[in-house]
Amino acid sequence: MYVAVKGGERAIENAHQLLAHERRGDPAVPDLALAQISEQLTLAVDRVMTEGSLYDRELAALAIKQARGDMIEAIFLLRAFRATLPRFGATEPLDTANMDVRRRISSTFKDVPGGQILGPTFDYTHRLLDPSLTADTAIPAPVLGTVDVSPMPRVTDILGADGLIETSPKENPDLPVGDLTREPLSFPADRDLRLQNLARGDEGFLLALGYSTQRGFGRSHPFAGEIRFGEVEVEFMAEEAGFAVPLGSVTLTECQMVNQFKGSATEAPCFTRGYGLAFGQSERKTMSMALVDRALRARELGEDARSPAQDEEFVMSHSDNVQATGFVEHLKLPHYVDFQSELGLLRKLRKEFEATKDSAAALAEAAE
Amino acid sequence: MRDDDQPLLICEGLSKSYGRQLACQNISFQLYPGEVLAIVGESGSGKSTLLQMLSTQLAPSKGRVSYRMRDGVTRDLAMLGEAERRFLFRTDWGYVHQDPAMGLRMAVSAGANVGERLMAVGWGHYGRIRDTSTSWLERVEISTDRIDDAPKTYSGGMRQRLQIARNLVTKPRLVFMDEPTGGLDVSVQARLLDLVRGLVNELGLAVIIVTHDLAVARLLSHRVMVMKGGEVIETGLTDQVLDDPHEPYTQLLVSSILPA
Amino acid sequence: MNAPVYNFAYLDEQTKRMIRRAILKAIAIPGYQVPFASREMPMPYGWGTGGVQVTAAILGSDDTLKVIDQGSDDTTNAISIRKFFEKTAGVKTTTVTSDATVIQTRHRIPETALNDNQVLVYQVPIPEPFRFLEPRETETRRMHALGEYGLMHVKLYEDIARHGHIATTYAYPVKVNDRYVMDPSPTPKFDNPKMDDCAALQLFGAGREKRIYAIPPHTRVTSLDFEDHPFETYRFDAPCALCGSNTSYLDEVVVNDKGGRMFVCSDTDYCETRRADGHQGAGFGADYQVT
Repeated sequence: MYVAVKGGERAIENAHQLLAHERRGDPAVPDLALAQISEQLTLAVDRVMTEGSLYDRELAALAIKQARGDMIEAIFLLRAFRATLPRFGATEPLDTANMDVRRRISSTFKDVPGGQILGPTFDYTHRLLDPSLTADTAIPAPVLGTVDVSPMPRVTDILGADGLIETSPKENPDLPVGDLTREPLSFPADRDLRLQNLARGDEGFLLALGYSTQRGFGRSHPFAGEIRFGEVEVEFMAEEAGFAVPLGSVTLTECQMVNQFKGSATEAPCFTRGYGLAFGQSERKTMSMALVDRALRARELGEDARSPAQDEEFVMSHSDNVQATGFVEHLKLPHYVDFQSELGLLRKLRKEFEATKDSAAALAEAAE
Repeated sequence: MRDDDQPLLICEGLSKSYGRQLACQNISFQLYPGEVLAIVGESGSGKSTLLQMLSTQLAPSKGRVSYRMRDGVTRDLAMLGEAERRFLFRTDWGYVHQDPAMGLRMAVSAGANVGERLMAVGWGHYGRIRDTSTSWLERVEISTDRIDDAPKTYSGGMRQRLQIARNLVTKPRLVFMDEPTGGLDVSVQARLLDLVRGLVNELGLAVIIVTHDLAVARLLSHRVMVMKGGEVIETGLTDQVLDDPHEPYTQLLVSSILPA
Repeated sequence: MNAPVYNFAYLDEQTKRMIRRAILKAIAIPGYQVPFASREMPMPYGWGTGGVQVTAAILGSDDTLKVIDQGSDDTTNAISIRKFFEKTAGVKTTTVTSDATVIQTRHRIPETALNDNQVLVYQVPIPEPFRFLEPRETETRRMHALGEYGLMHVKLYEDIARHGHIATTYAYPVKVNDRYVMDPSPTPKFDNPKMDDCAALQLFGAGREKRIYAIPPHTRVTSLDFEDHPFETYRFDAPCALCGSNTSYLDEVVVNDKGGRMFVCSDTDYCETRRADGHQGAGFGADYQVT
């Protein structure tokens, strides 16, 4: 006898318990400490903070542990937490020119004031699996040198001094900073909201779009003007004190792309810009973001906007991986009621098809 | 009931500049109901820019375009609200693009393409919409058994004829045409021009047609405006201008038509 | 570490205020999609966050909440959402439609008629009825603002030309208060007539797409059609095998590996109530066909 299916509640509880069990894995294996994740899976934590839009290494490490290493699941956890936090206001704009630089390179000049500093990078490693990492071997201390305190101006500022690159538009200090998480997005979007959307956008999505521009889908002749990585001070304007109070520092990666030059009847030609910024050491993300930022400026710069990376609505509506995964995975939810309607119509149409086929055959026979 | 003494479209001092570049300079003319005006010139003459401004798709830098609406009142088109302008575009006006794919829904059936304007103004009876579409397909010489096919499956000439049907279904009084025969074979062109001429006469349409092809102008238009470098250098009755051009540039244009 | 502290029904008061303002605007303009700043919720986008935010914004401590998915209280997502509100709001919950003051639903309208003391909150995946005809938001907003709905009829025309029928079986577009065309959410078209002149307030929440819309009580809601192809509600050919109702929407259940099927009410509360009142269906064994 058919009985309507019940027991969903118990099934969910059991599923959660099983999940917790799987997450822990073999109890003989030591439990993962948050410090281990934060110290040794640093770049994972950096990504989760960036796309989770929250700078907190410990919470990001917790999210990664709870999510069993699924990065987008971890980003989701962090975002959901962030949504509950009270908002005090906006910081003063960060001055990346005053960054405590740990790595800084430029592809546009052989040498620049402040020098090319390789820093910690995978760039010139040979991608050979290293079995010595299976054990905890002592790592020799890195080579030390004296800190070069000479100024390290941004390459784009150097170009800018000669008017060779467009000026970053001066912000109007009276205008409120747009906030993507507090206002629903509408198009066309201002650049501040666009950059916010890209900063928290999925790294893979932006990587693919940036790549597409290099292959001709909206080419912008990019050069990596500068990539710098290090600590930047965060300041908050305390109304009562009347001056900006330092809150601490964050580790950032900043990428400035120098792109196709542009001029007009009234202005001399100069290089154009693309900008990328992320928490932690996230070069792939910032470079992709800068390429896509520049692509999305196509219309503003009077260029033909025909490729996916140049399509503002397309890029910005689909860059958020938390939204994307929610909707893609929602297909797992029951849809049998609507499916029933489709079945009904399909059966009806098939019956009608058979009927016309039969009557056509009958006519053909009658005609013979 | 048409008041043929009143102009349908009035263009006054229309200009367009991009920075220091003058695409159109000080164009003025009047168009009467049922009149076909050809704007001829080579590429870069400003004729397409002019058409865009006349059909309100481009804002002029200077000047004004006025149109006598169906209720008899002449309105400055720049003063129309967006809703009014879009409604005008869908009912009293037609716009035939050089590339029919720009003026059609390529993935939607021919019947729906022709019927869309009717549905947009509230026609709610499937049978009647379909019958109207069918009769229009006949009028533009498309076989009616293609009514359910999408224009993706049509030849270039058929697509263009379908575009014309889609525009004429709401009985517009003014139709803009941008190089409607561009990209078509000579024999296909001839057939299309014949069709257009017949429809224009039958329906009493006013037409502004942009073309680089003087033969098209001669076949279809009553009056012609010759453009060069953004200015109108010669204007008059088509036969007169083409048979006896005054300006050296016009003479050059006319003499460069190779005899058929 | 910063341990979080949650407000009644999870959302902070600021957020609730923002959502209520959007709801009021939606009620003032029936069928119009009001943009709102959707928050990240503890369940994924696409799994009901819009409905949850609307419910959280209107829920009071004396409300009684019912949550259904596909018409049933016992499907996994309905349970998950009901437990969420039990935990964060501590409100009374019920499976009995007539006892609820707030009903959150995914893809069905309850069979039991609603009264003027109830609010029906729909979960909406894609609020824009034109979305699959015109992907650009900038263009669809303009079409709604100018009342340009020709494209919708083009789609219906195409269906009839191709299939002989309008081929939309769920999320069937409706015209609200003779002005805005609206997507009723993926409820089967069978449910469309229930929206017309409904005594309850109907609220629609789309979290991922960030839109809220509403149908105030006793508002005219008509399904789009042609005069000569009028909207037809879908009819099942046989009654529910369990309770015998021949007016409710039925789920098709495959009962054995020989393709045996039976049809039972999708609305579980409705079916149970009827059976408790003594109604009985024919059970499995009879021959069923769907029109």
